Amino acid sequence: MDSSYVLSVIWFVLWGVLWAVYFILDGYDFGIAMWLPLIGASSEVERSAMYRVTGPFWDGNEVWLITAGGVTFAAFPLAYAVLFSSLYTPLMILLFCLILRGVASELRFQWDNRWYRFICDGAVVTGSLVAVILLGVAFSNLFRGLPLEYDEATQFFMFRGNLLNLLHPYCLLGGILFVLMFLVHGGLYLGWRTEGDLRKKAIYLTQAVWPIFFVVFLLYVVLTFAWAGLYKNYFSSPLLLALPLLCAILFVLSGFHLYWKTKVGKSLLASCGGILTLTLTGVLGMFPNLIPSRLVASGSLNVVNASSSGKTLGIMLVVAVIFVPTVIAYQIWAHKKLAVTVKVD
Amino acid sequence: MDPVILSRLQFALATAVHFLFVPLTIGLSFYTAWMETKYVRSGKEIYKKQAKFWGRIFLINFVLGVVTGIALEFQFGTNWANYSKYVGDIFGSLLAIEATVAFFLESTFIAVWAFGWDRVSKKFHCFSIWLVAFAGTISALWILLANGFMQNPVGYKVVDGVARLASFTDVLTNTYGWHMYLHTVCGAFVLSSFLIMGVCAWHFFVGRNVEFFHMAFKTASGFALIFTICSAIAGHQLGQVTAEHQKSKFAAMESVWVTEPNTPMYLLTIPNLTEDGNLVQTLPVPGALSFLATNRFDQTITGLNDIDPSERPPVWPVFASFRIMVGLGCLLLAVAILTYIIKSFVPSLGWGLWIYILLIPVPYLAAELGWMVTEIGRQPWVVFGLMKTSAAGSPPVDWYQILSTLVVMAGIYALIAITGFILMIKAAIKGPDDTAEHYA
Repeated sequence: MDSSYVLSVIWFVLWGVLWAVYFILDGYDFGIAMWLPLIGASSEVERSAMYRVTGPFWDGNEVWLITAGGVTFAAFPLAYAVLFSSLYTPLMILLFCLILRGVASELRFQWDNRWYRFICDGAVVTGSLVAVILLGVAFSNLFRGLPLEYDEATQFFMFRGNLLNLLHPYCLLGGILFVLMFLVHGGLYLGWRTEGDLRKKAIYLTQAVWPIFFVVFLLYVVLTFAWAGLYKNYFSSPLLLALPLLCAILFVLSGFHLYWKTKVGKSLLASCGGILTLTLTGVLGMFPNLIPSRLVASGSLNVVNASSSGKTLGIMLVVAVIFVPTVIAYQIWAHKKLAVTVKVD
Repeated sequence: MDPVILSRLQFALATAVHFLFVPLTIGLSFYTAWMETKYVRSGKEIYKKQAKFWGRIFLINFVLGVVTGIALEFQFGTNWANYSKYVGDIFGSLLAIEATVAFFLESTFIAVWAFGWDRVSKKFHCFSIWLVAFAGTISALWILLANGFMQNPVGYKVVDGVARLASFTDVLTNTYGWHMYLHTVCGAFVLSSFLIMGVCAWHFFVGRNVEFFHMAFKTASGFALIFTICSAIAGHQLGQVTAEHQKSKFAAMESVWVTEPNTPMYLLTIPNLTEDGNLVQTLPVPGALSFLATNRFDQTITGLNDIDPSERPPVWPVFASFRIMVGLGCLLLAVAILTYIIKSFVPSLGWGLWIYILLIPVPYLAAELGWMVTEIGRQPWVVFGLMKTSAAGSPPVDWYQILSTLVVMAGIYALIAITGFILMIKAAIKGPDDTAEHYA
């Protein structure tokens, strides 16, 4: 094995981890935003409190997405080019959702007008919900494989399908799974960071959603087994099955803490672990592909045919080794300093 | 319809709107940091009020810069797949490093600043806005080095039909990128100081908080003077680098057609609409253009006649944008010099104060025009001399997909940019006594 192969494998793993961290962090922002119409329907005080919970963090969380995107571009340019252009329309919609969510959640506080704030809230809720669905559908499509084929005429990996192909029932289920997963995750975070009525509502509703989430999660795992070719790696090295198993255990643990004595902090921690292991289960299942083709093996983008030069990967690894732990350290510090427990009765 | 044209329109829209918010982010963060430093050192409340007032405008501007920035990173992949495939090894890594090194810092510590007034120590609070300011300029550096690679590719070798990194040092020390960086950052300070002066002028005009705003005005007039001069010098240097590395762009900027030593500068030039020569070309200053471009009168400047028509940029937009940008820059320089001299009397200028209010959009326009010179002047290349823009698009994407997202994007950007500017104006007009906390 040459060093550039080793580097591209390292970056493959980091790529998966970056996505997982993004889901864990922005997941609670999305989740809390999706709870707005239910938990914050009755009072502006409660809605403001919910925004205050995620306010200092959503932007820093979103940078993980930008980094995940940037790393895809830098480490696997061909995969970035093929994935983003093949999924052009859904990605553009995702982009618009993220823009509206970000702008509306910040600018809503600049003008104290009922209708203005109502429109902003609408943009935040819709933007978050649609973004989450799209992320779930997109990743399920990756797990299932895209209809890709190398085309001699354009010298490009062409997408042989249409938008409807992306809406396979399995992928739609992925969208629903993401919504439910982030509802639970965001509900837990909200419960962790609030007191009084708001906390009660958050926990009560999260408890109501959790069983549905868990059923969908199990169904998704089974369907991944049945419909997506994701389990090859797990059959060839069964030790890896510890990962999806750990994922299930962590989600069960999260549910256990949610119901039994309502230890929200612990439940949230387990939920973070669950999201991490779920993402990694998917990503490692695809290995060595970043974008598997479900048409022909030669249409897949993998760590060999899509990766940057060893030199670039090496330089980026040095940067990542220095800066990613630094970022994690100051983000945790900032989180401790800026997180407040909001009390609304 | 040609998908590449549509993609270019879409990218132009996205970058142009993004760049409405970038310069103020860079300039105003330093100004806020400077005021807060004075507050920490002197303990005087007025400096804290300054930091809070300008910081609030900064925050509104910042969020718009953030969200419009995400679009750009997506668009390289969605609309410029062949470009991404070709330069990802170099260009992609610069973007990824920018996010890791600078953007995390900026977005984490801006929250510390906005939410941390009573949660971190005074000194650390001040330190966080310095971190934001510092991160903003670092961010700009990585982005402009990435853009510098498109203007003047260095440190690469072409392997299997794609550009691969040969020397990271060469990419990081790209003269072109650094010159763009200096000109851009100076321009950002110019824009910010004129915005500050304009807002102050409004308050002088209505006669509210005059003392408070006069303090800001005096500081801003100093910044304006220094940075209009620096920006002009950096712009001149960038012009020379352009003349050296991008002969076609330079020729289009000046609409030079004939290659000759001692190239004169014609004080009045009007290019033909057919882009094959000049309609009017009169009042020559002998050798002036050669001297401006190379510091020597006898040097030869390549004219457009000696550049293959398929490798020429469109002359009119580049020529006109350049001229108007330089004209506006000179106007700002003149106002900045004059203002610095009369800064003590400015509050009593009466209706004359409207000059400052009306000048607020001028540096915005100059900045946008500067980018048009840079990017339209780079055409027909996406990577100068290496890859044509026409070959850079996304093979799987159809024109109607691009058209529809272009329309939606235009709508959303208009909506958020207008809302953002209205809210900034509202915050600017309100004055410093509205001390409502963020998120109230």
